[in-house]
Amino acid sequence: MSREVVVIGCGMTKFGRHDDKSLMDLLVEASIKALDDTGIENIKIDSVYVATMLAGELTHQTAIASALADQLGLLPAGAQRIENGPASGGSAVINGYQAIASGVCDAVLVTGGEKMRHVPGDKITDLISTMTHPIAEYIHGVTLPSLAAMFTRLYMTHYGVTREHLARIAIKNHENALRNPYAHIHQRITLEGIYKGPEAEVNNPVISDPLRLYDSCPVTDGAASVVLCSAEEAKKLGISKPMVKIAGVGNATDTLALSERKNPLVLEAVKLASQKAFKMAGLKPQDIDLAELHDAFEILELAESEDAGFFEKGTAHKAVEEGVTLLSGSFPINPSGGLKARGHPVGATGVAQVVELTWQLRGEAGERQVKNAKRGFCCNFGGFGNNVTAIILERV
Amino acid sequence: MNQLVSGTKDLYISQFLSSFSVIQMAEDIEAMLKLDWDIPKKPYPPKLITLASGEKMVVREASREEVPILLDALRPLITVSKDYYDVVAARMYAELLSWYRYRSRNEFCLAGVIDGVLVGLANNRHINQKEVWSHHTIALKRGGRVGAHMFAAKHEYSFEYLGAEKIYVVAESPIGFRRWMVEWNLKKTDGIQHELHGATAWVITADEYFKNIKPRLVFGERPVPEDLLKQSMQLKIGEADVIKEK
Repeated sequence: MSREVVVIGCGMTKFGRHDDKSLMDLLVEASIKALDDTGIENIKIDSVYVATMLAGELTHQTAIASALADQLGLLPAGAQRIENGPASGGSAVINGYQAIASGVCDAVLVTGGEKMRHVPGDKITDLISTMTHPIAEYIHGVTLPSLAAMFTRLYMTHYGVTREHLARIAIKNHENALRNPYAHIHQRITLEGIYKGPEAEVNNPVISDPLRLYDSCPVTDGAASVVLCSAEEAKKLGISKPMVKIAGVGNATDTLALSERKNPLVLEAVKLASQKAFKMAGLKPQDIDLAELHDAFEILELAESEDAGFFEKGTAHKAVEEGVTLLSGSFPINPSGGLKARGHPVGATGVAQVVELTWQLRGEAGERQVKNAKRGFCCNFGGFGNNVTAIILERV
Repeated sequence: MNQLVSGTKDLYISQFLSSFSVIQMAEDIEAMLKLDWDIPKKPYPPKLITLASGEKMVVREASREEVPILLDALRPLITVSKDYYDVVAARMYAELLSWYRYRSRNEFCLAGVIDGVLVGLANNRHINQKEVWSHHTIALKRGGRVGAHMFAAKHEYSFEYLGAEKIYVVAESPIGFRRWMVEWNLKKTDGIQHELHGATAWVITADEYFKNIKPRLVFGERPVPEDLLKQSMQLKIGEADVIKEK
């Protein structure tokens, strides 16, 4: 019989550019905020999980989990680094969840972070592209933007998605990020400026046809952290903040090479991970009030929202037209600003999604608060959909 | 008069003439520099650019009299090493100061202004009517492609209003190379050394500009509404910390 797991602490650094801080500084800052947020002095942490994809390559530091446990004075807690590409954060949360649910641990710290801005963009793109198939994709020059571009073209051809739909998603996410003090990009964008006006050709240049600059997320530094605990332990500790439980988790994989998929339009791993999470939670997509989706490219917000079950396949762009996914809509997606505007420090993203959902479910999301939010869903997307995590949170 | 005295007198006369000619030459040079422009110059008609944010940026010619305020805007960036902002800002500072104090000729500067606030600068120097050194482009408000529009505007001025046939460009940073050489699809010259030093110059020809670049990368509405133009003339500069943070 597994134990119920709750989130009792959350913390984040500001996402953006942090020239004056090391990756460890960012991880420590987010972790201390999460530990402080529990309201419990000297809480005993049994294990530390650190999500990072590129710490060794970009910051020349390995064994980062041991270093964080030491820096935080949490010795002799167990410590693990979790690397699962851009889904590292979601995987770390699931690992932490499993440790508590199984009874191995009572309380764990899960922190994700990445420091990327000090490295030239072409090098970052190349390093991230190393998660593609080494023979079928990488050696031919495939990058994540080029995969996303091909995927977007397919979506446009099959479902009638247009550049305007993608622009509207970007505008929404930038607008949400203006209400999020932790977001990387605080810039309002308009349909005229990035799509309709003549200057849009310069303002919003092609990155990988048909993808444009504002269809893609930025490169970001930052860290996010949560403290997970068993529900019974949380009661004993007397946690004062509203309790948010992890109602369901799911993780699934798909072929490494996109060309091997039966139907490249379907993100099978998103589908399976979401189904597992919903089954565990005993919920349906209709029961969810808001979602944080992995919009590294805006087309992914559409595709994930369909394959997770929130919309019929090929129809999410209609919901965009109707304003359903706006902060004021009936099913807000990415109230944080998403990867597009909150930013995407790769290892931090999955944890930041859980932080945002927790704040929303506690009613602590300030100007971007989704009214009466009781249940939230997040999807952390690794590779180009070859390793995906889905997590459902519920206010207790 | 002995020989020694006579020789001294000749030397004295020759030195006097030499000093006189040096003074004359200096005055000639000063007169040339004071011309500011020694080739025909037409004014740049201001234009209005809509940025990604929907903000309206007026691009207009900056006057020599405005240079002190432009220098104030550049000064904080001289210590920002990111993306060689320090090199670009220091060089542009020197170019504008030289222009202001009549130490260089045929220099112009365009200013990008949003709500009266200076957000971008771009300058060129004409070698003669047909050939131009592309000087610098700097965005004081980053992340909105201000630099891309300013770079386009200064070359629009040189090609369309000042009669340039070739503009030589050199990149001082990787980001500059990506922005200009790659995005504008420029051609590398056969070893022409740009006056800004750096690597070999690249070139934009008028033919390439009108055929391939202008339709793709040069935009803006004219005329600029009177109220916006008037507002753009009262230049304000952003907070130094805000500029540096970017």
